[in-house]
Amino acid sequence: MKFLIKNGRLVDPSSGIDNTVDIMVADGRIEDIHPRLEPGNAERVIDAAGLVVCPGFIDMHVHLREPGDENKETIRSGVEAAVHGGFTSVACMPNTNPVNDNRSVTEYIIARAKKCRLAHVFPVAAISRGLQGENITEMADLAAGGAVGFSDDGRCVMSADLIRKALEYCRMLDLPIIEHPEDHSISGEGLVNEGLISYKYGMRGILNAAEEVIVARDIILQDRIRSRLHLTHLSTARSVANIKDAKARGIPVTADATPHHLLLNEEKITTYNTVFKVKPPLRTESDRQALVEGLADGTIDCIASDHAPHTRDEKDKEFEYAPFGVIGLESTVSVVYDRLVRTKMISLMRMVELLSTNPAVILNLKDRGKVKKGLPADLTILDLNQRFTIDTGKFRSKANNCPFRNWEGMGRVAFTIVDGRVVYESGA
Amino acid sequence: MSTPGFNQRHLLGIEHLSAGDIDTILDTADSFVEVSTRNIKKVPALKGRTVVNLFFENSTRTRSSFEIAAKRLSADLINFNSSVSSLKKGESLKDTVLTLEAMNPHIIVIRHRAAGAPKYLTTFARSSIINAGDGFHEHPTQALLDAQTMRQRFGKLRGLKIAIVGDILHSRVARSNLILHHKMGNTVHLVGPPSLVPKEFESMGAKVYHDLKAGVEGTDVVMMLRVQEERGAGNYFPSIREYRRLFEINAAVFATAAPDAIVMHPGPLNRDVEIETSLADSERSVILQQVNNGIAVRMAVLYLLKGEPNEVLN
Repeated sequence: MKFLIKNGRLVDPSSGIDNTVDIMVADGRIEDIHPRLEPGNAERVIDAAGLVVCPGFIDMHVHLREPGDENKETIRSGVEAAVHGGFTSVACMPNTNPVNDNRSVTEYIIARAKKCRLAHVFPVAAISRGLQGENITEMADLAAGGAVGFSDDGRCVMSADLIRKALEYCRMLDLPIIEHPEDHSISGEGLVNEGLISYKYGMRGILNAAEEVIVARDIILQDRIRSRLHLTHLSTARSVANIKDAKARGIPVTADATPHHLLLNEEKITTYNTVFKVKPPLRTESDRQALVEGLADGTIDCIASDHAPHTRDEKDKEFEYAPFGVIGLESTVSVVYDRLVRTKMISLMRMVELLSTNPAVILNLKDRGKVKKGLPADLTILDLNQRFTIDTGKFRSKANNCPFRNWEGMGRVAFTIVDGRVVYESGA
Repeated sequence: MSTPGFNQRHLLGIEHLSAGDIDTILDTADSFVEVSTRNIKKVPALKGRTVVNLFFENSTRTRSSFEIAAKRLSADLINFNSSVSSLKKGESLKDTVLTLEAMNPHIIVIRHRAAGAPKYLTTFARSSIINAGDGFHEHPTQALLDAQTMRQRFGKLRGLKIAIVGDILHSRVARSNLILHHKMGNTVHLVGPPSLVPKEFESMGAKVYHDLKAGVEGTDVVMMLRVQEERGAGNYFPSIREYRRLFEINAAVFATAAPDAIVMHPGPLNRDVEIETSLADSERSVILQQVNNGIAVRMAVLYLLKGEPNEVLN
């Protein structure tokens, strides 16, 4: 299939381009980029006048639930949700059943995803076997099978010795350790941010220190090891300050934040609505503001949704008994543009960097995150002048636990293009 | 039969009541006190109404208190006992309540270990919901019966100084009392070790003390909370022995309170742990009066709510 994207505004932070150009896509790749191209033998011309063409967005932290929890999400429903939300690639976490701690599971996930021919799926494998926090996985074999990083995600590695060894070992693979920073001995049975609101509403709290001591620990280890360390879904002001300081001292560390931690605070939980029950918990307004500042000043490198699907019944419960997690694949792009770019907290260029350029660099995806002649054509095309309403009824995800439901604003995904195929088209 | 000015559909917590609502409930309770002194302790106020006691935590006093209150108002009451119910078979709270509601009750009284469970019920149930204690969150009828006890003793519920002593962090009784007395313009001292009394409670209008004497001095009411042995296991304090030495109320410490001060306790008591047994049995103790007032206050709450929403639906 050959097609021409005409008169689009290309925004590509990898080259700093922000210009109106024509892009010819052929055989899955970008054949040419030029101020003016003729359609020639192209089968289709996409009129992109007034639209913004970006390198395909990458969500580096999602849960696809397959194998094991297919009632929550499947690889198919997950990649359908991804392209519906403008993501051409996702990196999926290993807490499936069985756990992705061996090459056969990694290869299974990749094979299932390939059959869907929608978004690319890059599996993140476990740091420790069975996520038990005791013995490291066969990281080189997993990498050979296609793993792009290692994480025990929700079960943060409590042994400082183990995380040290993991960082050291995977240095030869040039792949990141992705840490979900949570000291479980502090967070315990906590449900929400610990502070006035947890005390007032009678819920066990999760101190911000539960996150911060792991952020500090990992930075101290990384100062010596100099491997690749990525800290995911930051939620507190002190975490941001700590990473800013580490970066200033030249310690290799990267970080992401989620749309919910960037746009919501702990006051949401005062009605005990389980859609706001998430780990790390929604924090204070000043924490939220510190995250947005960190996003703007470069401390935080990317936005990831931590898309965590659960069934309706699982979330329709007493707050204490509902599982943690929210979904984000189909809301992230619109809410981030409307609430962070339109409000001038960050630029459009920075948004693309956070959603595409940087996650590609962190996951070492050399062909992704940029729009360049000869590279695979993964593109996200936005219509910034279209209104959106987050309608979970129209989601492709099996789940509807989205904390932004019914939000309205400006900015929608118009086209999602993966390997030179239009896999989503608004209104089509 | 509606009482002017009282427009609450549910009683989820003191948080949602105005000072005027609280006065109305206590005034109504006062008028029901007399009923319990009659030979025939029954009025027909709620004849034909159905009240469900839905208790997911063990409770004798609160459950019996609601049961007696409902029966003295001539309501039909059923007790839903979670230990022999479908809950053991893994039925969700929502399904349990929807099943009960298919039998058209007017009021559901719920006690549950999860904070916010009563609020959750209001998102789908048609009945009036009364919170009989949800986790560490609120226990509004307890705070109301405590307030009625204070009002009887002091003739007013304004300008009082109240010390609440013990495990504030895990106490729904403390929260509901704190919120109530803050609304009524009373001063509340919260007393206990820092691990059980976070300083953040000061922004809810309390003064925090970690020294029993300092917290109790000059107060009109000393309310002791039951200390749970398992908190020791959680390292909130090292041992009952040390806790008793620091925070047990005895005659000597109590003597520093106001001359006509009273000592209260929501029960059940740990005698000679948080309260010296002779003080618990002294004239200054109103512990049994609290239990007695529980009936009248719960009658008032049942009467004022009456399960109106169901009637509207019919």
